[in-house]
Amino acid sequence: MQDHIQIDHKDINRDLLSGVLGTPSWWLGAVVFLTLVFLAGIGAFGYMLNKGIGVTGLNRPIMWGFFMTNFVFWIGISHAGIMISAILRLTQAEWRRPITRAAEVMTVFSLMAALMAAPLVHVGRPWRAALWVFPYDFARGVWPNIRSPFIWDPSAVMTYLTASSLFVFVALLPDLAVIRDRATGKWAPKIYSALCMGWRGTPRQWKLQALAGILLSALVLPVFVSVHSIVSWDFAVNIGVEGWHSTIFAPYFIIGAIHSGVSAVAMLMAVMVWLWKLDKYIRPDHFDAIGRLLIVVATTWFFFFFLEWVFALYTLEGPELALRELQVFQWPYIFLFILFLMTAYFIPVPLWLFKKVRRSIPLMFFTTVLVNVGMWLERFLIIIPGMARKTPLTFDWGTYHPSLVEILMVASTFAWVALGMLLFSKVFPLIPIFDIKEGMVFRDEVKIGRRTIPASIRE
Amino acid sequence: MNQRSLLGLFTDEDTAADALDALQAEGYGTKEYEVLTGTPYPEGTFGEAEPIHKLFRWPLIGAACGFIIGLILTTGTQIAYPLVTGGKPILGIPPMAIIMYEGTMLGAILFTVVGIIFESRLPRLFMGAYDTRITEGYIGVAVTTDEERLGKAEEVLRRVGAEDITRG
Repeated sequence: MQDHIQIDHKDINRDLLSGVLGTPSWWLGAVVFLTLVFLAGIGAFGYMLNKGIGVTGLNRPIMWGFFMTNFVFWIGISHAGIMISAILRLTQAEWRRPITRAAEVMTVFSLMAALMAAPLVHVGRPWRAALWVFPYDFARGVWPNIRSPFIWDPSAVMTYLTASSLFVFVALLPDLAVIRDRATGKWAPKIYSALCMGWRGTPRQWKLQALAGILLSALVLPVFVSVHSIVSWDFAVNIGVEGWHSTIFAPYFIIGAIHSGVSAVAMLMAVMVWLWKLDKYIRPDHFDAIGRLLIVVATTWFFFFFLEWVFALYTLEGPELALRELQVFQWPYIFLFILFLMTAYFIPVPLWLFKKVRRSIPLMFFTTVLVNVGMWLERFLIIIPGMARKTPLTFDWGTYHPSLVEILMVASTFAWVALGMLLFSKVFPLIPIFDIKEGMVFRDEVKIGRRTIPASIRE
Repeated sequence: MNQRSLLGLFTDEDTAADALDALQAEGYGTKEYEVLTGTPYPEGTFGEAEPIHKLFRWPLIGAACGFIIGLILTTGTQIAYPLVTGGKPILGIPPMAIIMYEGTMLGAILFTVVGIIFESRLPRLFMGAYDTRITEGYIGVAVTTDEERLGKAEEVLRRVGAEDITRG
């Protein structure tokens, strides 16, 4: 990190708490707009509950449509927090400091969106989701069938959500103390005082905070791997659908999730710079670093995508070939497939090879939005064509047209994540204050020959 | 004896470290003073004693509890009403392992978080001597001792160059 500005602790507090102690002029308008979109989705959900799942475009044989696509997409985005926060924390990557909190918070809201997208919505009658946990016949004690992936899913996602939320909370403790010391009014100091539990900043507390970062990162990482593996097994353990029954699905889904998740973090960084004016903290160097990471992640993902196709075509089995033909050569999938490949890989990755692009915030925003359009389509193209074809265990051919109800509900999940982030930013800082201050303490300048280079000191 | 506390505020690390040395030289025990900062510093920056903790036991205990609960949940619920589905065994190891794995990790994480809070000596109901300037970059040296020794501690902190001294 060559690009660095030394900032006083007082100024760090002022800059990073500006959204908490004050209200940016655009904030209320954005919250109102997102709330309206979210409520439109809730309204559509209520309509679906009242009229039945027939108001969606779901019909035999395509019973997994936009809802499941959206579920897998949001689970993917949720991998951003852990990828950025845990891995970069464990490897002590210096550029993690301003982006860990926002990435972790995005994980939490994305997981909530994923839960809204599938278990609460997809089942049609959401109260039935309770039967995944409790006996559905209390009198005889018939419990859920643990052999079903739909039992594995909630256990993994709820573990990940609990872990991510606690991860955010533990890392927030020192910052809550900073807000406690600055909050005014009758209730705010009391609430922040209670939330930070009397944090004082003793060496013991700082040591435990550092260990917490490492230990929780190490514990959340295996959960992170399990979550998307299990989501992939929703598909892969299904022997009746060509294109799904693949051993490569778990790593393919995980790396795809990292690709879309890290791209979403880069998008979020750009939004933070533009809306909260955090350009002193999120520098072009940070975009450069995340751009380099994205090249590696995207190319690894593309390798798995390529392998999936190799394994599918190598067998030369008729139904598999027919499915691939449907995915690639038939309307409308041909259009979606080309759009997916271009947006997920062939436009962004060559652009990221150029330093000027990686250091340009608008271009990084544009390319990472493209990646997420592509990755949403990737999930759509895995799910819908797979089910559209007649397979040995189905008796129908069919196609799928999403209804307005589904479109509104998908839009509401996007609004929910954005709204959640905005509401979070009003009560907690989006950049970890103590982490930035620590970075400043460890900063120095090293003179080598005739050059003076900014350097980071590490214990 | 009635214990009271006071806080000396310092602007730089060296003076704060000198304050700790001076307190030690005056016979104050390591449990009578502590450094308060708004930023994590490398261990031993102020010459303070290394904190001893048992955090690493917490995830192990939590993992064991989570594993046992996962095992009981997966076996107990299936044995409670042994309904054969799809010709599969009542207790299938691979699906059981998935839920037990999640249970193990959840237990480990929950216990770790409780451990972090407990080992950090939180929640703390009474703040004692504290100043909001600590989160603005000042380094605080808090002394908690018998009331009659507090005056001496204040004198020591002033001598080494405390910017300000407040009583808790």
